[in-house]
Amino acid sequence: MVPSPLIAYEHVGKGFDNSRIKAVDDLSLGVAKGEFLAIVGGSGSGKTTLLRLTNRLIAPDAGIIRIAGKDIAQVDPIALRRGVGTVFQSGALFPHLSIADNIGITPKLLGTAKSDIAARVDELLDLVQLDGAMKHRRPHELSGGQRQRVGVARALAASPSIVLMDEPFGALDPLTRDALGDDYRALHRQLNLTTIMITHDITEAILLADRVAVMRGGKLLAEGTPAELAQTDDPYVSELMSTPRRQAARLHALLPREGA
Amino acid sequence: MWTDPRWAEAFSHLPDYLGSHVRVSAAALALGLAISLPLALIARGRPLMRGALLGLASVVQTVPGLALLALFYPLLLALAALSLQWFGASFSAFGFLPAVLALALYSMLPVLRNTITGLDGVDPALIEAAKGVGMTPRQSLTMVELPLALPVMMAGIRTAAVWVIGTATLSTPIGQTSLGNYIFAGLQTQNWVFVLFGCFSAALLALAVDQLLALIEVGLRAPSRLKTAIGALGVIALVAATLLPGLAATKTAYRVGAKTFTEQYVLSSLIAQTLRAQGLTAATREGLGSNVIFDALKTGDIDVYVDYSGTLWANQFGHTDIRPRAELLDALKADLTRSKVTLLGELGFANAYALVMPRDKARALGIKTMADLAARAGGMTIAGDYEFFSRPEWAGIRRAYGLAFKAQRTMQPDFMYAAVASDEVDVIAGYTSDGLIAKYDLVVLDDPQAAIPPYDAIVLLSPQRAKDDKLRAALQPLLGAVGIDLMREANLRASSESPDAVARWLGQNRADQGAR
Repeated sequence: MVPSPLIAYEHVGKGFDNSRIKAVDDLSLGVAKGEFLAIVGGSGSGKTTLLRLTNRLIAPDAGIIRIAGKDIAQVDPIALRRGVGTVFQSGALFPHLSIADNIGITPKLLGTAKSDIAARVDELLDLVQLDGAMKHRRPHELSGGQRQRVGVARALAASPSIVLMDEPFGALDPLTRDALGDDYRALHRQLNLTTIMITHDITEAILLADRVAVMRGGKLLAEGTPAELAQTDDPYVSELMSTPRRQAARLHALLPREGA
Repeated sequence: MWTDPRWAEAFSHLPDYLGSHVRVSAAALALGLAISLPLALIARGRPLMRGALLGLASVVQTVPGLALLALFYPLLLALAALSLQWFGASFSAFGFLPAVLALALYSMLPVLRNTITGLDGVDPALIEAAKGVGMTPRQSLTMVELPLALPVMMAGIRTAAVWVIGTATLSTPIGQTSLGNYIFAGLQTQNWVFVLFGCFSAALLALAVDQLLALIEVGLRAPSRLKTAIGALGVIALVAATLLPGLAATKTAYRVGAKTFTEQYVLSSLIAQTLRAQGLTAATREGLGSNVIFDALKTGDIDVYVDYSGTLWANQFGHTDIRPRAELLDALKADLTRSKVTLLGELGFANAYALVMPRDKARALGIKTMADLAARAGGMTIAGDYEFFSRPEWAGIRRAYGLAFKAQRTMQPDFMYAAVASDEVDVIAGYTSDGLIAKYDLVVLDDPQAAIPPYDAIVLLSPQRAKDDKLRAALQPLLGAVGIDLMREANLRASSESPDAVARWLGQNRADQGAR
């Protein structure tokens, strides 16, 4: 456990369908300031529920979630969400708004002056390496990778210190996915963000995150740096951790060596 | 075909009819939207209320438009009476208000349904994203959900607009001038020029509005501000263009009512022409339902119209006894005075049910009266219109003269006269002022026992016109000036000429008769 984490989950529980399904079950976890945490799990593992609990899109049945020591149940949910950046699965950009309006939405909600928003939009487009001329276009005119860069820019617009990402790169082709992941990791460092990323892909989690948490059936099975997780006793986590290496070995055998 | 003077006459009414039509449709649609949109928003996420609302709106849709409009009139009349009693102020239950309310109700289903389905159709991921970026529920609704649902909602508004414009043609009988005036008048007077003109102009209006709204819808979907703006400007221009002539028109002093049959169209036209000849301004309110017109006079929504003594006696005042002509008129006068309605006088003819047969046949059989008919009736067939055999008149004459026919048949009135003229039936229950009596050389049998109540055509004035000497003086020449033969001839002419033209003819020939 990291001392005095920025985000702390304390015995958090959340059930659905009259608590017959325990989506999150007595989960405790801390995320330190500046850390990049990946939460890995299959579908139904409860990872998305945990993320939605973090910005109060839903409320827990049990336990407490603290951000900077404060119980978020005591914080106004609207203010909380405006202060936390969220990157949604496949972008979820508003199709009726221009790219500029999509990026500037949270500052607009916060009452930021129009000229300041315009300047911020240009700055963000630059930051996520998009052409400034794109700001007048609409989401459907962009490629999937471009859209998700806009999604990242939108999440960062109000200068949050925490970013939540829900399978952000899942629907992209491998090249775009690699580039976007690396670029985001650089941004995470540069802006001193604290990031929680949900993914079902252990390879992506290992490559991008400082620390990985593995969830299954609503429970936290293990957490730690990739190196720590490789030492686990848990058979599921162990199997999961061995997958990238096994794949790498097969790829190694299948592909001719570089320069050969 | 285009040289028919009725086309020119139809065109001359267009600014008034079209303007009124657009006014009532626009008001109804605006009211319908103002009610439906908030209701749809409230019903969102409340499945029970949503089901109830859509169910109710569907039920309203199944009520025929004509009935829905007609129902609003007595409802508002009762409300107006209550409001007068409680607040000391009343409102007109005639024309515009009931038409707007009924049409607004009619417009609700497509707007409700499309707003609800439009909002339901918004991608849940986008609603979650709206929440996630920090929108309040209201901001999510106005900034994300409504803009995304707008094209679907617009499609509903389009449907509603077309329905309202179409159904507004049915608001004529409750006193709202509309393009339906052409259709109702045309159907009654067999003026197909008017019927066609009314149908085409209503269809064109609906089509134009639909296309302009479609442009807005496409503009919203694309999205293209230009298309949306062109569509919106087009709608505004259309509404303005149709309403402006109405605003510029001088206010008419007198409104002349007419029920929904040919004779009434001719007589209202005659009265309006007579008033105009005296330098007064007058307009007709045609095609009013017979249950609407008397109340409209009583509340001053129309100023003058012609009714029939027996109709008022039985239907309006609920009497069941039948009295001789003069006595009934006196008693009716007293009834009318209590309603503050003035009976100005009689026109000079009656439009009553009567037993009618060919002149030759009657002479050959020596039949002059219904009493003469009694001896022969056992071997004869009688025909009547759809309601005659269930009316008190039929029971009355059977009782008075002991009439028992071999057979009785029900027919459409127009065919009845031809049927008796061609010997297909022996006697018919016709109408005394019908022009076909003269055309087929038929004779009306006398009623010595006065078994059929008198139906004298009488001129009635509204309460606020009771002491209007200018109006009384202007109408005076008409009293006693329209005899039965003249009215029959006029009714016959009305099958090939417009009511206005027939009224002009009647006015010219009336002068001679009045001098006699």
